[in-house]
Amino acid sequence: MVELSALFNGFAVVLTPFNFLLMMIGIVLGVVIGVLPGLGGANGIAILLPLTFTMPPTSAIIMLSCIYWGALFGGAITSILFNIPGEPWSVATTFDGYPMAQQGRAGEALTAAFTSSFVGAFVAVVMITFLAPLVAQFALQFGPPEFFAVYLLTFCSFIGMGKGSPFKTLAAMMLGFALAAVGMDTVTGQLRLTFGYTDLMRGFDFLIAVIGLFGIGEILLSMEEGLSFTGKSAKINPKIVLETWKKLPRYWLTSLRSCLIGCWMGITPGGATPASFMSYGVAKRISRNGDKFGTGQIEGVVAPETAAHAAGTSALLPMLALGIPGSPTAAVLLGGLLIWGLQPGPLLFVEQKDFVWGLIASMYLGNLAGLVVVLTCVPLFAAILRIPFSIIAPVIIVICAIGAYTVHNAMLDIWFMLLFGVIGYVFKKLDYPLAPLVLALVLGDRAEDSFRQSMLISQGDMSVFFSNWLVGAITGLSMLMLIWPLLSRVIARMTDA
Amino acid sequence: MRGVEVAVALALFLFGALVMWDSYRLGSRWGSDGPQSGYFPFYIGVLICIASVVNLGHALFISDAQGEPFVRWGPFKLVLTVLIPAGAYILGVKYLGLYVASAIYITVFMIWLGKYSWLRSIAVGCVLNAIFFLMFEVWFKVPLFKGELDPLRFLGY
Repeated sequence: MVELSALFNGFAVVLTPFNFLLMMIGIVLGVVIGVLPGLGGANGIAILLPLTFTMPPTSAIIMLSCIYWGALFGGAITSILFNIPGEPWSVATTFDGYPMAQQGRAGEALTAAFTSSFVGAFVAVVMITFLAPLVAQFALQFGPPEFFAVYLLTFCSFIGMGKGSPFKTLAAMMLGFALAAVGMDTVTGQLRLTFGYTDLMRGFDFLIAVIGLFGIGEILLSMEEGLSFTGKSAKINPKIVLETWKKLPRYWLTSLRSCLIGCWMGITPGGATPASFMSYGVAKRISRNGDKFGTGQIEGVVAPETAAHAAGTSALLPMLALGIPGSPTAAVLLGGLLIWGLQPGPLLFVEQKDFVWGLIASMYLGNLAGLVVVLTCVPLFAAILRIPFSIIAPVIIVICAIGAYTVHNAMLDIWFMLLFGVIGYVFKKLDYPLAPLVLALVLGDRAEDSFRQSMLISQGDMSVFFSNWLVGAITGLSMLMLIWPLLSRVIARMTDA
Repeated sequence: MRGVEVAVALALFLFGALVMWDSYRLGSRWGSDGPQSGYFPFYIGVLICIASVVNLGHALFISDAQGEPFVRWGPFKLVLTVLIPAGAYILGVKYLGLYVASAIYITVFMIWLGKYSWLRSIAVGCVLNAIFFLMFEVWFKVPLFKGELDPLRFLGY
């Protein structure tokens, strides 16, 4: 029970007044970010990252991760009340959440959504508490081939688990790798893909990409859909909350199943969005009321919300234990670690105990605080969406520009942000996934380093990735993931026949 | 829809070819001391090209979404009303700095698209940017870009 005592130390770290204050600020900011179109977990944190440069790392990560929890909660508010998913992972919540609001059961839907979010996150945090130290300890034996195999698994999972065309996923991902390669080669010092432009020497920072792709791209998309938001009013009072809580235990099986789906999709980098869809789909197939899904079933809110939160939270497990993020938001937090001078990877659990356990403790407290905040302040947050879009849109673009500038204090980055915004808009419309692009941009350099080191060890022999049972198993699993789209089609055809 | 789909696949193919070409220039094989600089990116380029060819083929021969336009003109005009001013705004940032350009941008956007009164728009633009200024320059001590003309020089930051 070393974990428990370490966890209690973590609680002591979080409960200092300064950190507690930052936690509350983070939650409230996060919900606001989650409610606003164009600002989401990933780019919201990317924009605020430069403000934390001077903070102690533990306080900084507590605030930023709480923004993430807040954003996860916030997405549900707009889905249920306005039928506008504030975040991609709350799309599935609109299917049954909005019909419930139309029937005047908005309070019930919101309570169910928030409570299941909390349950999903809680299960995921418990899992992180006990599993992450084990994974980290195990990973201490990893050499370059093992690390490259894990990177390979991460990226092959995107292809295997993705919903759309695997070749579009591949194209987006490789675009990320190519952009990561721009600039100075860290081994030989040669300039790659700069074509003589000195401004390109720094390379593309993924924070700029995140702000552009998710921020500006999202604004352009919401612009296309029109400017007016018409929503249901949020009536929520203690009586409704208690009544809904009485009903919820009935869906414990859906809840449990969604938690498992969420945790699995979070650790393998499927992410919160596919997790919520998958969970909704499975619940629809298995539930007795499956055919009524889409007309305002409370179960249809519980399933996607639980899974989305479980996935969003457990995406931090590989980030903490291996230094490999499971989602764009986790990638931004990882970028933060580097900026604060911490080396991500399995040694984090040994060398930075306060940091790691402070973060894990803040996950428990942050989600609890988040639940209380959203349950009590829903009408306030919903009012934000009643601010006209002609004010919100320019303000968000200004905030994105400021965020892009502060990353490197470079004017050129603001132009890149706009360029990435257009790319994000076009890619989203054509179903090119953005998450693999961002993750490849973040991990590109380190994946390449571990690949080169492995090649140096083996003198260019690819069989190093099958040289022992561990690395062989991971590489084999990656290959399985890679051909999974093909395999699943063959299986489907065989079962049909 | 199909036109844009084809254009994006072609653009990505060209980009992949560019990556391959530059990696080949740097050396994409095994040097005397290990893999050369272009070793890894070369194969990235190859994969981009392969994926783009498949996407292109899919868009040209298999996809059935050809009748549906990528975006209708009405909504696209709205997209442009955000995109073009945003470009102008960034150009403004270059000369006037983030604070002044942002204030002007928010004000103009509100008057032009939101049809708000002049007084209200100017108030929102200025107050918001005063808050940004206090937050970044005074409290967090993160200096933002003041522009080549630096109209806020008199404040002493």
